[in-house]
Amino acid sequence: MSNQPYDSSGSIIQRKRGGPPGEGAEKGLITLPGESEREIEDLAGGTYLTTTVDTMVNWARGNSLWPLPFGTACCAIEFMSMVSSHYDIARFGAEVVRFSPRQADLMIVAGTIVDKMSPVLKKIYEQMPEPRYVIAMGACATSGGFYRAYHVVQGIDEVIPVDMWVPGCPPTPDGLMYSILKLKEKIQRGEIRR
Amino acid sequence: MSTLTKFSAIPYTGPAPTNREPYVAVDGPAADARGAAIAAALQHPGMTQELGQDMPSFIVGKEHIVDVLRALKESSELAFTMPLDLFGVDYPKRDGRFDIVYQLYSLKNNERIRLKVRVADGEPVPTGTGVFKGLDWYEREVFDMYGVIFDGHPNLRRILTHEAFQGHALRKDYDPAQRWLLTENDVARIIPKIDPRFENVDTDYERVTLNLGPSHPATHGTLRIVVTLDGETIIGADQEIGYLHRCFEKMSETHTYQQVIPYTDRLNYCSAIINNVGYCMAVEKLLGITAPARAQHIRLMLCEFMRIADHLVCIGTNLVDMGALTNFWYLFQPREEIYGLIEACCGARLLPSYTRIGGLAVDVPPDFLEKSQRLVDMMPKFINDVEKLVDRNKIFLDRVVGVAPISAEDAINFGFTGPCLRACGVPYDVRKASPYLGYETYDFDVPIAEGGDTYARFLVRMEEMRQSLKILQQAIDRGLPEGPVIVDNPYVALPPKTKVYNEMESLIYHFKLIMHGIQPPVGETYFQVEGGNGELGFYLVSDGTKNPYRVRCRPPCFQIYSAFPEMIMGQTIPDAIAALGSLNIIAGELDH
Repeated sequence: MSNQPYDSSGSIIQRKRGGPPGEGAEKGLITLPGESEREIEDLAGGTYLTTTVDTMVNWARGNSLWPLPFGTACCAIEFMSMVSSHYDIARFGAEVVRFSPRQADLMIVAGTIVDKMSPVLKKIYEQMPEPRYVIAMGACATSGGFYRAYHVVQGIDEVIPVDMWVPGCPPTPDGLMYSILKLKEKIQRGEIRR
Repeated sequence: MSTLTKFSAIPYTGPAPTNREPYVAVDGPAADARGAAIAAALQHPGMTQELGQDMPSFIVGKEHIVDVLRALKESSELAFTMPLDLFGVDYPKRDGRFDIVYQLYSLKNNERIRLKVRVADGEPVPTGTGVFKGLDWYEREVFDMYGVIFDGHPNLRRILTHEAFQGHALRKDYDPAQRWLLTENDVARIIPKIDPRFENVDTDYERVTLNLGPSHPATHGTLRIVVTLDGETIIGADQEIGYLHRCFEKMSETHTYQQVIPYTDRLNYCSAIINNVGYCMAVEKLLGITAPARAQHIRLMLCEFMRIADHLVCIGTNLVDMGALTNFWYLFQPREEIYGLIEACCGARLLPSYTRIGGLAVDVPPDFLEKSQRLVDMMPKFINDVEKLVDRNKIFLDRVVGVAPISAEDAINFGFTGPCLRACGVPYDVRKASPYLGYETYDFDVPIAEGGDTYARFLVRMEEMRQSLKILQQAIDRGLPEGPVIVDNPYVALPPKTKVYNEMESLIYHFKLIMHGIQPPVGETYFQVEGGNGELGFYLVSDGTKNPYRVRCRPPCFQIYSAFPEMIMGQTIPDAIAALGSLNIIAGELDH
C-alpha cells in the first residue's frame, strides 16, 4: 500500500463539507488502497469519504472475487480443501465458486493442462467477462512441472495470460490462499487492467 | 498443425534386454505347472507356453488369439471371464517388434493368465472386442500408443492423445518431449451413435446432441461426454478422454525406479499412498525382497486411511452433484484429519511419496498410534451422520435407486473391479483374493450389494469405510513391530546419513545407488493391490538398467468408465450425473 499524499484532482466525487448525513454516525479511521490513512473527520468534517471511482471499484473487486475452478488434477483436490470448512476461503470473500465462466472473474487453473485441453482452456478464458484474473496453481500449471512430456503444456502462459503463480506440487491450501490475498492486493492497487 | 520441441530428449540407447541376469519368479514352478495344465485342458494348437513367469504365460499366434480368448472365457472349468488388462511392449530390435499382452482373470479359480501376441510393425491383430467388451478401450489405447491396428474394431480412433498428434508415443523411438500443438480448428466433432434399441422408436421430440464437459461442474475436471437426447431420454452417448493424459508410462521410462514413485502419486491422487505401495511392491517383487515388518504394518495402516479418504471424497462430491452440499463440507473435516496424520509422518499432505522401494522414507512419529486411534474413534460419527442425513432422504433415494444399473455379468465382461464390481454382488477384493501386506491375518468382510445401481455403489462404499476402520483398529491393537522401516540392502536402499558421513563403504554405496540406480534382474512381473477404485496393477519390464524398460499401470477407472454409455442408456441427464459421481472416476488414473 502506498503512502502518497491524497490528491483529489482525479476524483469525480465532489468533496462535500457540512454535517453528517445521519445522526449518530460514528467517526472512524478508514483506509482505502492507494491512499494514506486519514481521519474521516479531517476530510469531510463528518462521515464522508471521498475517493476515485477506480479506487472504490478496485477495492470492491478485490474483496469479492468469484473463482472459477478450472480443476483438472490433484491441485483441484487441494482447491476443494481450501474452499471447505477447515481453511474456509469465505473469510476473504472468495467463496462463491462458479462453474460457469460467465459468472466468474478469477480463474484458478488447478492441475496439469495437456495439449488436448489447451483449446478448451483458451475458450473458457475468453468466455469470462472482463476484468478477469488467472491464478496458475501448482507446478504443472506454472511450468508443466515434472511432466516434461509429449502431451503436456509447459506452463499455461503458452495459452492464456497469468497474474499469479503458486509454487508447490500441489500447493498447500495456505499457499493458494496467500496467492488470492496477494492478487487482491494487486487488484486493489489497480495494477491489473485487463 | 505445428511441431514444438522445447526440450531435447535423450533417445533410448540402452542394451537389449538379454544381457543381464534373468528374473526368476518365486512362484515360477507353480505357474509353469498350472500353465501346462491349462494348455492340456484347452488343447489349442496356437499356444506356446512361456516358462518361469510369475503367472501362467503363453505366446499365441495372432491368427489364434480370438479363438484362444473365447476358449478361455467359455471353458466352464477355467472360466477366465474377466479381461484385466491389455497393453503393448515395444522391442524395436526384435523381429516381431511389439508384444501385445493380454491378462485375464478367473473369478472361479482365483487365478490369472497372461497371453502375448507378437506382431511386426504394420501387422494387424484381430480384435477381441467380440469376446470381451472391456477390450474396446484397451485396443484403442494400444493403437494410440503403438500404432498397432486391430482388425474389425468398431471404433479405432485415438483415445488418449489429441487429433493433431503425429506418431505413436510409447514406441521406443518416439522422443518423450516431442509435442504437437492442437488448435481449436483441429478439434474433431463427436456425434454419438444412436443405440440400436432406440433407432426406430417413434418420438414427438427433436433429437438433440448435448455436450457435457470437459469443463463442467459434474464431470469432476476432465471428462467429456456427448449424448444424444430424445426429449429427456439419452439414446446415444460417447465419451472422449485424455484431457489429463500426462504420459505416466513414457515418463517412467525416462526416470529411475525411485524417481517413478512421485509419478505414481499422481495417478489416483485421492488415495496416493495406495499407488506408492502398489508400485513399490511390484519393484520389490522384481528384486525379490520384502519390506521389513514395521514398514509393512505402517503401509497397511496408511493404505486403509487412504481408502477411507478416497471414499469420503467420492461420496462427498457425488452428493454435491445431487445438491447436498452440506455433506461435502462435513466430510472434508475427517479428510483434513487424515491429511494431518500423513503430514506428521512425512511432511506432505495430498501426494506424500512416502514409500520407498524396500520400505518407507522415514519412520513414523512416536505418537503415530495415538493419533491413529483418535482418528479411528472420530470417524464413525462422520460416517453415521452422513448416512442419517441421506440414507432415508426421499430426494436422494429417488435419484439413486435403480439409476444406471449394470448386471454382474456385464460388469465382469467389462473388467470392473473394486466397489463398482462389488455393488453388483461379486465379492472380488484383491485383499482377500491374493493378500499382500498381511491382509490375510486381519478379520474383515468384503461388503457386496445387489443391483449394481448408484445406490448399491453408495452402500458398498459406506460399508467399506467401516470395514477399513475395523482393520485399522486391529492394526492399532497389535502395535507397531520394532525394527527398521527400510531393508538393509545397499543395492536397494540408501545407507543412513550418519554412516555415509563416517564410513567409506557406505559413502561408495550411496554414490553407486544415486548414480547407477537400482538395477533389477531382467524380466517382467505384475503386482496388484486393491486401490480405492479397484484392482490397481503394475506390470514392470526390466532390462537390467537403472530405468524401467516399461511400466504399465492398470488403472481401475479405465474400464469402469468405458462402460458408462451402456449404463446411462435410456436414462436422463440428471441420472447420468448422479451415476458418474458414484463411479468415482479419477482423471489422473483414467488418462494415465
